[in-house]
Amino acid sequence: MVAAPTIRPAARRRPRPAAVRIRGRKSWTLTVLTTVMLIYTMLPLAWLVISATKTQDGLLSSFGLWFDGDFALLDNIGRVFTYQDGIYLRWLGNTVFYVVIGAGGATLLSALAGYGLAKFEFRGRRAVFAVILGAVAVPPTALAVPTFLLFAKAGITDTVWAVIIPSLMIPFSLYLMWVFARDAVPDEILESARVDGAGEFRIFFNLAVPLLSPGLVTALLFNIVVTWNNLFLPLIMLKDRQLYPITLGIYTWNQQAQTVGGDVVFNLVITGSLLAIVPLIAAFLLLQRYWQSGLAVGSVKQ
Amino acid sequence: MTRRSWIGWQFVAPFLAVFALVFLAPIAYSAYLSLYRTKLIGGTSFVGAQNYTKALHDPQFWSAVGRVSLFLIVQVPIMLLLALLIALAIDSGRLYGAAFFRISIFLPYAVPAVVATLMWGFMYGSQFGLIRNLNEWFGVTLPDPLAPNLVLAAIGNITTWEFVGYNMIILYAALRVVDPSLYEAAAIDGAGQFRIIRAIKLPALRGPLLITTMFSIIGSFQLFTEPVVLRTIAPNAILTYFTPNYYAWQLSVGGQQFNYSATVAVVMGLLTMLVAYLVQARAVRKAV
Repeated sequence: MVAAPTIRPAARRRPRPAAVRIRGRKSWTLTVLTTVMLIYTMLPLAWLVISATKTQDGLLSSFGLWFDGDFALLDNIGRVFTYQDGIYLRWLGNTVFYVVIGAGGATLLSALAGYGLAKFEFRGRRAVFAVILGAVAVPPTALAVPTFLLFAKAGITDTVWAVIIPSLMIPFSLYLMWVFARDAVPDEILESARVDGAGEFRIFFNLAVPLLSPGLVTALLFNIVVTWNNLFLPLIMLKDRQLYPITLGIYTWNQQAQTVGGDVVFNLVITGSLLAIVPLIAAFLLLQRYWQSGLAVGSVKQ
Repeated sequence: MTRRSWIGWQFVAPFLAVFALVFLAPIAYSAYLSLYRTKLIGGTSFVGAQNYTKALHDPQFWSAVGRVSLFLIVQVPIMLLLALLIALAIDSGRLYGAAFFRISIFLPYAVPAVVATLMWGFMYGSQFGLIRNLNEWFGVTLPDPLAPNLVLAAIGNITTWEFVGYNMIILYAALRVVDPSLYEAAAIDGAGQFRIIRAIKLPALRGPLLITTMFSIIGSFQLFTEPVVLRTIAPNAILTYFTPNYYAWQLSVGGQQFNYSATVAVVMGLLTMLVAYLVQARAVRKAV
């Protein structure tokens, strides 16, 4: 499905000469136009932060983009963690568990496989490639219903495995690791380590992994997003509320408002949402240097 | 096999094992299920292509396909054009605070679709949304984004918000690796910004644009989370067969029609691959 990968060794990220960067004068018009886009991007997030400071009544009676009289953020946070016997914390823990095992496992599997495909000639390598490149084009949601049907047959729906096992395979992450292993791990280093008598897996973990680290961080971060944000998979697989990840939990809190006699807790839905997005946003901001250079290598050489 | 060849397989094998379990097996099982039918009385029987004939004449299925097709034709070009313009603006070197714009516009990608949909859904809403605020302030009645005739556009806005920055980053990354000596040569020849965009930058973006288009098409066909979550806010505007994935989910979980649900999933997978293939074939032909 995806165009055959071509590697251009010269296409490394290079700093542009200062002359070229500075020559074009800064433009206010362009800055203002881009600011319009920025406002569009930030509007819902600003709304979320402001709304998280309001009580359920305040939400209904005050203007959406400004604060209400009483500042209820801390109260809301406290109630998020105690509502329904503190199930929010349980959901958060589940999400972290699914992310560590699922996204972490997916990254490890694809690093091993990407390195294997890039650094070893073996029979069937091209076939493996063709199949996996085709799979990149199939999104996980397309597989959710078929996987559910299969897992239902196997009797493992409504267990943590039903969420974790499908999360372990992210073809795009394999693709990224393959590109990185090819570019960032020189064959000469591997050869000299072999001459010294090091085992292949030791060579991988001691020599290749440090060289692959920008790619690993990029793949891990994007795998975390996929796993953290997934709704379809847990929605279809899980019935037991105790196993829900945070996304599914918040969804059910919001759903209560539609149920007859359900407890309407929009303030908790909103504050719970805010708390759920903080870790990922923080990760992207803190790890900017890694994933932006990682993407530059990975996305261009398709 | 040589020793080295065997080691290569050892590195690849764990991934392939999971791949077989969560990719090949579900597809094969769905294909198998789609050939059978289970009745309360009489049990399971082989029905050949009957489920497929049913899908081809199922107005609910085709209404869902039509809806995501319309979505694809309108939302994907708007989102990609915006992403392209922002990437070009940030790469032009003429923007104040370019790095700040880059990271800020990307951030929505890190927000789960559930949260993105809830935020926009509340803001659209008449209960405590901004639409209500505007109506009260100006004494007007703005169209309700959550009305049945507008809800698809409302979802289009949500997905645009979520993914415009992601696509922008991919395009921007491609612009960063353009050889700077090309710009110098163009500048010496007296080429302006727009000339440089047309002659150097857009050709350099052909591959990444193809990739982002493909992923966006696939994403549109698989639309699920946004309508499901928005339904908890606007239950009357979103039907249970709003998108093909929604329909397949309803059939299996809500209706216990596993065989037909598998059929819908298979048909939809084939349709997605077909459209993605056609787009790619067309793009490649144009490029030659």
